[in-house]
Amino acid sequence: MLSYALRRLLGAIPTLLILLTLAFVMMRAAPGGPFDADRELPPQVRANLEAKYHLDEPLYQQYGRYIWDVAHFDFGPSFQYRDTSVNDLIAQGFPVSLKLGAASLAFALIFGIPLGMLAALRQNKPADYGAMTVAMLGISIPNFVLAPLMILLFAVYNDWLPAGGLGSWQNYVMPVLALGTAMMAYVARLARGSTIEVMRSNYVRTARAKGLSAARVVWVHALPAALTPIVSFLGPAAAGIITGSVVIETIFGIPGLGQFFVQGALNRDYTLVMGVVLFYGILIVLFNLAVDLLYGWLDPRVSY
Amino acid sequence: MLLDVRDLKVSFDTPDGVVEAVRGLDLRLAAGESVGIVGESGSGKSQSVLALMGLLADNARVSGSATLQTDTGALELIGAKRRVLERIRGARIAMIFQDPMTTLNPHLRIATQIKEVITRHRGLRGRAATKAAIEMLEAVKIPDPARRIRYYPHQFSGGMRQRVMIAMALACEPDILIADEPTTALDVTVQADILDLMAELRQRTNVALLLITHDLGVVAGQCERLLVMRHGEVVERGAIDPIFEAPAHAYTRDLLAAVPKLETPHFARASS
Repeated sequence: MLSYALRRLLGAIPTLLILLTLAFVMMRAAPGGPFDADRELPPQVRANLEAKYHLDEPLYQQYGRYIWDVAHFDFGPSFQYRDTSVNDLIAQGFPVSLKLGAASLAFALIFGIPLGMLAALRQNKPADYGAMTVAMLGISIPNFVLAPLMILLFAVYNDWLPAGGLGSWQNYVMPVLALGTAMMAYVARLARGSTIEVMRSNYVRTARAKGLSAARVVWVHALPAALTPIVSFLGPAAAGIITGSVVIETIFGIPGLGQFFVQGALNRDYTLVMGVVLFYGILIVLFNLAVDLLYGWLDPRVSY
Repeated sequence: MLLDVRDLKVSFDTPDGVVEAVRGLDLRLAAGESVGIVGESGSGKSQSVLALMGLLADNARVSGSATLQTDTGALELIGAKRRVLERIRGARIAMIFQDPMTTLNPHLRIATQIKEVITRHRGLRGRAATKAAIEMLEAVKIPDPARRIRYYPHQFSGGMRQRVMIAMALACEPDILIADEPTTALDVTVQADILDLMAELRQRTNVALLLITHDLGVVAGQCERLLVMRHGEVVERGAIDPIFEAPAHAYTRDLLAAVPKLETPHFARASS
């Protein structure tokens, strides 16, 4: 299994290289530059700045220099946040984003799985229709609509929750709901479908023929197979949480990685944007690997 | 009478209307007796026994009566509460199914799957349950049972899996074993081994057998009596020998004619 994991990680390097190249090309193709300001800089100052950040070199040379630095885990200095490296910014923003993302993911799984399984076991009954209506709503309402709506209801009209920022656990309630609801709904639909299927399987019939209690049939015999599609969804879901958090962090003013990403893109902060893109890429690779390893644990027939 | 089934009817509500699967089955089974139910696919033989176990799909409607003799008197199975049926299933009436590839849970070790039924009905836990489970694997002649009990189903061959199913079914010394096409999915040589094993275990435990199959050859070797079903109805019933010698119903004659015979092999005729 260790050699499998290593092979997967090595195999990800070309993918990340392509990702990095695309990010580099797209950032340079965008009009404007990192030192454009309302007031035109004196030509000598601009030339000095560009020389300092090697922007005066030909593009291929800049590209080579950047790849070389990245290979040494150095994402370079930020153009916007002077005297701060991209590594510092990621180290500062990522823990915040991770906390938010993990809480949203936990929320989605803790509520989504039981909701979907309940719907499956009460198939075509009121509980099923109720749960699936909730799920449909959750999927249909985009988080950038849900978030301002919640701020209006819970922070402006009623002073129940803080509208933004980070301090206590109350600050997390709305961002987690905004980020996790759609995924919770999707998990519920997946859980419903897979539970219905596995409850019809031959081995669940065997379990019932053995006189096992309904609870044991569901939790011991049906659960592992019911979870399998949810586990495969976790890889893309983690990606969704990461990219989704860009919007949510901006709306709620949370100083996470997503905010740096948006600010970096607006300010043409080349190194910051490329660094965050690469970091997201690495995260997604790691998530997908973790998901595949989780498969092996859920299904003993899978071997590496 | 251990099991007395009278006028059992099963129908299913489907989007296309009501489908009648079983149209009045009468069946009596004495302790230790073995009865075969023979018929083609869709003749209602499997649905009949699933109805006895209360294992039919939600859209099934069952009527009639099936009484099981218990220590506390006769118990009506049709329409019995779920909790009552859970005490019967696996303990008094056990069942094995056609396809051992899919009837064992691929996610759980054999140990878990045998021990849970022993825990449920015999109240044994931990080491005592493991010991009882290993004894059952020994009884169905799985070599090296103490080690193989830790295997997952996919680590066994089809025949070995069916042995595991039999071990699980007989673990709580049931009065009745329902075998629904137990050898259909197996290789011919493995079929013979499994049938021999079932015969041997039946002699030792005196469990009554309800054998469902489309193969009259299997019934001839295993059963004392026989029911032939077609389109949800019993078309012929009686002791094995008279039926095999003089089948009354045309359908039974067709079934008998379909059993391959060894007397005049094709290659012998071709060479002469």
